[in-house]
Amino acid sequence: MVQNLQAVSDSQSEQVRESAASGQAYFDRIMAEDSRIEPRDWMPEAYRRTLVRQISQHAHSEIIGMQPEANWITRAPSLKRKAILMAKVQDEAGHGLYLYSAAETLGTPRQKMTEDLIAGNARYSSIFNYPAVSWADMGAIGWLVDGAAICNQVPLCRASYGPYGRAMVRVCKEESFHQRQGFEILLELANGTPEQKQMAQDAVNRWYAPSLMMFGPPDDDSPNSKQSMAWNIKRFSNDELRSRFVGMMVEQVEVLGLTLPDSEIRFNEETKMWEHGPLDWNEFREVLAGRGPCNAQRMERRREAHENGAWVREAAAEYARKTAAWSAEAAGVAS
Amino acid sequence: MTGGSTTGDDGAKATPAAESIPASTPWPLWEVFVRSSRGLSHVHAGSLHAPDAPMALRNARDLYTRRNEGVSIWVVPAEAIAASDPDAKGSFFESPQGKDYRHATYYTKSEGVKHL
Repeated sequence: MVQNLQAVSDSQSEQVRESAASGQAYFDRIMAEDSRIEPRDWMPEAYRRTLVRQISQHAHSEIIGMQPEANWITRAPSLKRKAILMAKVQDEAGHGLYLYSAAETLGTPRQKMTEDLIAGNARYSSIFNYPAVSWADMGAIGWLVDGAAICNQVPLCRASYGPYGRAMVRVCKEESFHQRQGFEILLELANGTPEQKQMAQDAVNRWYAPSLMMFGPPDDDSPNSKQSMAWNIKRFSNDELRSRFVGMMVEQVEVLGLTLPDSEIRFNEETKMWEHGPLDWNEFREVLAGRGPCNAQRMERRREAHENGAWVREAAAEYARKTAAWSAEAAGVAS
Repeated sequence: MTGGSTTGDDGAKATPAAESIPASTPWPLWEVFVRSSRGLSHVHAGSLHAPDAPMALRNARDLYTRRNEGVSIWVVPAEAIAASDPDAKGSFFESPQGKDYRHATYYTKSEGVKHL
């Protein structure tokens, strides 16, 4: 296995070049056949780096994504809604863990990823830096944010890196509950009092544009997309996925009896694509750069939770160490 | 359960065993296998970190069976798994190649004969 070319001495370099060449040929064949790369296969360093970056960012997003919703658990309007919200937030933690495991198979330790997030060296989805200001936001997040996530993630189930694809299969199965429960919250509010309907509309108005931006910058401004598509990691371009998402939302918003805050939505008969009004990409870059409405708060909360949990992690490890020592001792006495 | 495993199912990672680690080092990695219902085998579901086997089982329950996906769980220290070498897959799995006669479909003369 050639994982760390830099660490190999000169005397071996000939051999390494040879195995890298045959590794590349094998990798290229896997790509051409649209087959899957597994953890111990040879892969180009850039492919490995891209995957570690994408999967760990994805994992961080799930973990940070627990915050806007956890914020509403104590204020959910009924016991049923509270139980549902808790299950959803627990799912997000689970998704983060599936994804961290997948990233770890590429040789990056879990601890490193956790440290990168805590230190502010890692990115996560810009969407979670917006505040969830009313109960209707739980509906809009489920419907729009999780809806956009599903749109993005379904094609990732076929990503060329096996562990990533398998993690996404599991995630997607669970996400559909998230989107439906969000839709149901909005539907109930939309059919409630005029104030409740207005609250639902207001939430949709605020989450619409940020959820469209979740698909990433427009294709002509997305430097990594082309390579990711050549590597069969990404299957559709940002704009293709965004257009598909808009088309679905146009239909669903009618069932809700609400409207999307975009007067320029139309289906282009020529390109067969749904088009939408302009998005504020400056805002997107600002939020991504750490200057969104909630970036500081999200990071501080994550750091706090990690530090407050330290004694639990240490106690559990110490307990494991002691019980292992005791049982070794007992075995010694018995024999 | 789809039987689709989440993480690397062909590579065991060298992580220290629980008894040898001081409190500050990361928890070891465990591979999780879930039996989805009686009568079926345990299938690799994914992996997780835990300080010891009882905690690994509890974490596996919370992580991989939140929706009745299992009636039984195995957890195995990842370092205890021996795996075949992916670079040697050609020669290692060579033996069955070209031995079509091991499959029922090789025998075509009996086509049309009932219950065969």
